[in-house]
Amino acid sequence: MSQDISIKKGLSINIKGAAEKELKKIPLTKFYAHNLDDFHLLIPKLEVKVGDYVKRGQPLFYSKTNESIKFVSNVSGYVKDIVRGERRKILNIVIESDKKDSIVTSNIKPISKLDSESIIKSLLSSGCWPFIKQRPFDIIADPTKKPKSIFISCFDSAPLAIDYKFILNDRLDHFKYGLEVLKKLVSGNLYLGLNSSQSDLAKQLTNFNLNYFNGPHPSGNVGVHIHHIDPINSGEVVWILNPEDVAIIGEFFETGQFNPERTIAVSGPPVKNPKYYRLIIGAELKSVLSSVDLEEGSELRYINGDVLSGKTVSSNGFLGFYNNNLSILREGNNYKLFGWIPFINNKTPSIYKTSFSWLSNGKPKEYDTNLNGEERAFVATGEMESVFPMDVYPMQLIKECLIGDIEKMEKLGIYEVSPEDFGLIDYSSSSKIEAQSIIREGLDYLYKETQ
Amino acid sequence: MNIRSIVDNLKKPFEKGQKLEKFYPAFDAFETFLFVPNHTSRKGAHIRDAIDLKRVMITVIIALLPALFYGIYNTGYQYLIQTTQSFTAVDAILHGSYKIVPMIAVSYIVGLSIEFLFAILRGHQVNEGYLVTGLLIPMIMPVDIPLWMVGVSVAFAVVIGKEAFGGTGMNILNPALTARAFAFFAYPTYMSGNQVWVSEASNVDGVSGETILGMLAAGNSPEQFGVLEMFVGSIPGSIAETSTLMVLIGAFILIYTGIGSWRIMLGCVIGAAITGLLFNLWGANALMSFDWHHHLIVGGFAFGVVFMATDPVSAAQTVKGKWIYGILVGVLCILIRVFNPAYPEGVMLAILLMNVFAPTIDHYVIEANVKRRENRLKTQLRTA
Repeated sequence: MSQDISIKKGLSINIKGAAEKELKKIPLTKFYAHNLDDFHLLIPKLEVKVGDYVKRGQPLFYSKTNESIKFVSNVSGYVKDIVRGERRKILNIVIESDKKDSIVTSNIKPISKLDSESIIKSLLSSGCWPFIKQRPFDIIADPTKKPKSIFISCFDSAPLAIDYKFILNDRLDHFKYGLEVLKKLVSGNLYLGLNSSQSDLAKQLTNFNLNYFNGPHPSGNVGVHIHHIDPINSGEVVWILNPEDVAIIGEFFETGQFNPERTIAVSGPPVKNPKYYRLIIGAELKSVLSSVDLEEGSELRYINGDVLSGKTVSSNGFLGFYNNNLSILREGNNYKLFGWIPFINNKTPSIYKTSFSWLSNGKPKEYDTNLNGEERAFVATGEMESVFPMDVYPMQLIKECLIGDIEKMEKLGIYEVSPEDFGLIDYSSSSKIEAQSIIREGLDYLYKETQ
Repeated sequence: MNIRSIVDNLKKPFEKGQKLEKFYPAFDAFETFLFVPNHTSRKGAHIRDAIDLKRVMITVIIALLPALFYGIYNTGYQYLIQTTQSFTAVDAILHGSYKIVPMIAVSYIVGLSIEFLFAILRGHQVNEGYLVTGLLIPMIMPVDIPLWMVGVSVAFAVVIGKEAFGGTGMNILNPALTARAFAFFAYPTYMSGNQVWVSEASNVDGVSGETILGMLAAGNSPEQFGVLEMFVGSIPGSIAETSTLMVLIGAFILIYTGIGSWRIMLGCVIGAAITGLLFNLWGANALMSFDWHHHLIVGGFAFGVVFMATDPVSAAQTVKGKWIYGILVGVLCILIRVFNPAYPEGVMLAILLMNVFAPTIDHYVIEANVKRRENRLKTQLRTA
């Protein structure tokens, strides 16, 4: 059953400052938060108010559309603050840790006695459910809609790629247990995507349906795996998870305790000692940054996630719910004299051979956040197709999303894509088209009109 | 940073709420000509490629330069060789520059003025597309066309051919070819015949200005030109299209940098070669029996294929579509050459015609993709 798929289109971006395989554990610090921005389209309903005491694993809020989806506290302590933005929209729920780590423990039956209904129930009440996202729409899965399959990508091909094998090293048993639990939900249709360099990991996972993907980024994107193995048709749903979240789920089903430990790679050109850190989901950035050695002298951008699809976070913000990396870039807010003329500005790499940067393609390079141009009218110069390894026409889909023609969006395959699949299109577009945000808006519009 | 601070000072009156706010797009065009702006990514991917439209366009201009320089030389050469006086290469270049530089100036002044006007009226940035169009237009005109005709053609191409459709990226037809087609149909005596292809041919007795394709269409044989001359380009024709060699250098630049579509170029050559070969077998008139590989190196074929057919806006945009589009441009070009003696050069009309059909080609290519998806859903439903 295992398939070996070679991805031809795409682009591997080699950035300076990839994380070394070295893990540092960070003890409990003072503040932890949920960034509500991480849960796209979620309308939260609070179960706590400022000053309440919560244990680790105790619900803080739930989804208005499905009250059974609970979001629980990652640490024990007091609700310190509920930060609201425009129109009283909740932005953050901040917990002040009491550092005692009191835990809610649930009674969980051994796996052989669990059926899919009881598994879903436990996932929902334990706070593990939000780890399960669905395609289409790339939002938290709807527990009432049975998926046709579950996909987990076990490797990362994005710039400054993280090594899931390293992350899972000491949690492999939990990971495998989690996989067994999930397998029960889809009567076996659980697919793992691996790279052929991961034979060690593959040997440990012989019980599961493994598929191999090789080639440039986005070969590690779960959306690409779904597209090639079990593409989503209109009306179908596929669930996706990150490997470390599967381990958290596995640990919960083994021990009855929600243990939201997160391993993050802190990396990027300004990081002098890029490596992995283990801490609790939603920790303050400060708690990590205090151990990170950063080059001084320039304004920096902190990103929850990878540099193509992650979200900007301020240095006094909090780690995201899903990401395994904190990427750091220099802000490129400087002018470049005649930088647009070919072979003048050779420091900034290009997919076109209009700078000498391609001569040293093997070497990691400095990248910053400069747009390298201004947004322009859509000119179909062909980069989009060359970095998009799906049988979908990206430019035409983007245009239909801009217009908002639902019928055409469906015909062109909107259900098969998620914004992160368009990360390289953002990167490479000569007209500086914001493809990810156009696709996100298109999906949101489709969701609003059809769900 | 001195230039930067001067620019920053100049910028002040153009900023929001200031006197010259309306003219900001014009100022922006000058500023971004000097500097890649300090804009950083706000949403989407945090890092961006060095490519932008300015760099795309300047690369095309660089690719055009060999053909342009040769065109300037050849303009002088074609004239001087037919006069009895002795001359040097410098004389040829001087004569060519004297004729061609004013044409380029008129093209840029008229075209960019209109572009700036539309940018200011619409409040958007000045798009860089005209930098290429503005150079292409004089390069594909006959050398003796009056400057005012260049100006009128440019205005027609930019206003009707481009801005009427919504500006850069939205036009159906290649703007430079639109300008040429406009001049061709509006001022036919200046754009065709045997008196216009060599400098001063209509003014000086004894100077003939006929192209190879024109001779063939008239039933004469172009004996005085060998294959090498056709390839190097020392033959009469529109200003910069004669040298297949120089065009190939440009093609190399475009393909090597990745800016131009090699699929379209190769498609055109395949289409033209096969069609030419078939006509060689038929051989009913002089143009039919003109060697198929000679078809590829005379007239505007090479220039049109490399610089016009590949225009990303007016060409087909899907990969399969580019192949179909390219091959059909090649086929049509030879068909028009062979069957229509009124238009001895077919490449302009072939490309314009395929520009019109490009969206249709793309439509069917995409439709096939949609069908695949629908069929997948149907089989899914059947097995479920």
